Amino acid sequence: MFKYLFAKNEDIPPGTSAVYFGFSSILWFVIGTGLGSFNAAKLAFPDFVTGSEFFSFGHMRQVHVMAVIFGWISMAFAMAMMYITPALGNTKLWSEKLGVWNCFLWNFGLSLGLTLLWSGMTSGREYSDFPWFIDLYIASFIMLPMAINVWMTIIKRRTQGIYTTNWFFGSGVFMVTIVFIVGNSPEWFNLTGLSEAYLTWWFAHNVLGLWITPIAAAIAYYTVPKVTGNPLYSHRIGHLHFWSVVVFYSTPAAHHLMSAPLPEWLKSFASVEGVLILVPAIAFVSNLLLTMQGKWHMFVENVEIKFTITGVLMAIPLNMQGGFQQTRAINWYVHGTGWIVAHAHLALLGFSTFLEAAAVYYGLQTILRRKLFSLALANFHFWFLLIGFSIYWVSMTIAGLIQGAGKIYEVPYIDVVIAEHPYMIARWVGGTMVFTGNLVWLYNMYMTAKAGTEIPEGRLPHELAYER
Amino acid sequence: MAFREYKIGARLFGVALGGSMVITLYFPTVNMTSVAVTEIGLKKQLSYGRISGFSYEDPFLRGEGKPKTVTLNKDPKTGAEIEPIEAYVFEPGVPFPSGINHPRTLGAGIAQLSIDKGMINEANNKAGAVFVVSRGTSKGETVTYIENASATRGWQPSDVLTTAGDANTKLIGSGKVMFVKEGCWWCHTLLPEQTQDWQYFGIPPRLGDFNGESPTAFGSDRKAPDLLHVGSRNSSKEWMMMHFFNPRLVQPHSIMPRYDYLWGEKDASGKNIDYSAWRTAYTEYQQGKSIYPPEVPNYASESQIRYLIDFVLSLK
Repeated sequence: MFKYLFAKNEDIPPGTSAVYFGFSSILWFVIGTGLGSFNAAKLAFPDFVTGSEFFSFGHMRQVHVMAVIFGWISMAFAMAMMYITPALGNTKLWSEKLGVWNCFLWNFGLSLGLTLLWSGMTSGREYSDFPWFIDLYIASFIMLPMAINVWMTIIKRRTQGIYTTNWFFGSGVFMVTIVFIVGNSPEWFNLTGLSEAYLTWWFAHNVLGLWITPIAAAIAYYTVPKVTGNPLYSHRIGHLHFWSVVVFYSTPAAHHLMSAPLPEWLKSFASVEGVLILVPAIAFVSNLLLTMQGKWHMFVENVEIKFTITGVLMAIPLNMQGGFQQTRAINWYVHGTGWIVAHAHLALLGFSTFLEAAAVYYGLQTILRRKLFSLALANFHFWFLLIGFSIYWVSMTIAGLIQGAGKIYEVPYIDVVIAEHPYMIARWVGGTMVFTGNLVWLYNMYMTAKAGTEIPEGRLPHELAYER
Repeated sequence: MAFREYKIGARLFGVALGGSMVITLYFPTVNMTSVAVTEIGLKKQLSYGRISGFSYEDPFLRGEGKPKTVTLNKDPKTGAEIEPIEAYVFEPGVPFPSGINHPRTLGAGIAQLSIDKGMINEANNKAGAVFVVSRGTSKGETVTYIENASATRGWQPSDVLTTAGDANTKLIGSGKVMFVKEGCWWCHTLLPEQTQDWQYFGIPPRLGDFNGESPTAFGSDRKAPDLLHVGSRNSSKEWMMMHFFNPRLVQPHSIMPRYDYLWGEKDASGKNIDYSAWRTAYTEYQQGKSIYPPEVPNYASESQIRYLIDFVLSLK
């Protein structure tokens, strides 16, 4: 990487920044899920590694969350943008050099931020935990360069129209920058009280709604037509998805604070808008599944489609939960319980991760022009992720229902803790399976770069998957 | 932008996102900034100080640059006996909370009282100040406001601390920092919900209870009891000590982490704390080789655990 930082832009091979982003994201995924597994072990066995603040749960929980959101998910997004945006514009990335610098500064800033966070330097605000100077760094050296590269590539495209994926990419990088700057304003301007609490969740909601969900969906809009060879089922449904994300998904932030003394009109408004999230969700899922017509065999045979369609299918329970669990009728029972933890992992580890993993698999093979080193290991990765996640989701959902029952029946809290114990162990087992799968993935992609069979000119990687 | 529809689309995008920002940011802000602070809100911001997360005065979250909360039985200036009163001591250089720096965040009537009768505008950060919460009338209603006792009664920070003594001084502001740094709020909420919570954990917070507090640290993922009123349920310092040192001493099924490292190197008498000896003795107790668990060391008066316990016990 370092040799390209000071090379001329023309001398950097196309796709370089995407490769760096791809491998960085896998590495952060390994780190993030490893931390997650460690944290889960501490919830199951509280005396597992004690005596130092650096290995205490309260110092490590946020490092896990930030590593997977800003390391794995967002860097996988950047990877996808660096190769999909130019491909869809029939052009090159506007600046490979900016992309390489972006990746370098991203890794540096994130390592610094997570180290500080781990040592206890926190703003004390969930999902915007970083101290404000790290926030400033993220906005100026992580988000802005990425946004400029994406916008300029779209502007300099050599096609007339802009494909669905690029609508989402172009608007997503804009929205996440705005959301990040506004959402962290309490730290810059020392806003306090309810405004601070509300903005914390305004950010937490919108970073999911206007960044993680739409960008993950945009990736699927590319992967499925590209790999199956089918055209997208409906451009118009794509429009419906895009506009309903912008209008509906940007508004329900207050439903995260249904039991706080926020203005009642705001909570009701957020709750109704929250149900309307089902509009983009149904548009997205139906569009993608209908695109699969006639190619369903690839769901079994092709590893990218297997990942993508699994992610798309997981969007169904995800949005059914998301749309309804925030209504007053259900929220009072499940709020603050493991149910929500399960839901959050369904969004990030289920839905979104599976779509991104497909993009990273596909992108690295295409750019490196090398076939996957081992299809068997890729399948191993898929099943460990899927089974590990399912164990996690089921156990946390059950734990959440136990906690919910504990909230309404007069039981001493410790009885809830005792009842949850088996599910905490199951959660740890599931999380550890995900971590193990990712280690295998890292090895597989490293070996692909080193020893994968070369893909001849004019062929696509998935066409050769079963050839020797 | 070769197509006309992209121009229309880009503008519609601006309208849509801008509209959602107006509804979700501007309107709520108008509502929330018009809230008048309650007595709880005043006490919280005066005892917590300016900010409890990362800040200039305390970048490593060690609990530095925070006010001290003292209980006074005597007037520190005249020495006369007075009704016990809680005073918030901002030593020279300790930043003032939001309500002093920006009185309008207190709500219109209370801001006016705090300035006119409480003389908070005269508080000087370099010289330090002592504040108390007083009662007054605004628009015919009894409200509480901030009184700058340094200006109105001539109380100086150093005199107040000497008069109160260490036993009557609570380091609540530094403790809130520990609460944030150690991630207590990852498992304990500060927000009883609309369930049996209201019977079990106490009343939910009211509208003006947070003005001036940052971060509010409501918590979202509750794996442990709500703590908003924990000081009312359990006010035993000794229980808290055992529970923080090793929660399994008082609750065998607890999954709370041990916070023994907050004791630091030395105990109250200045002797080094031998953690490994303690752990060996505890293991023997667990295995049934001894009847009683080892004693939890008394914490030094400047230890982080003192901050945290002072804070937790202040949550009434």
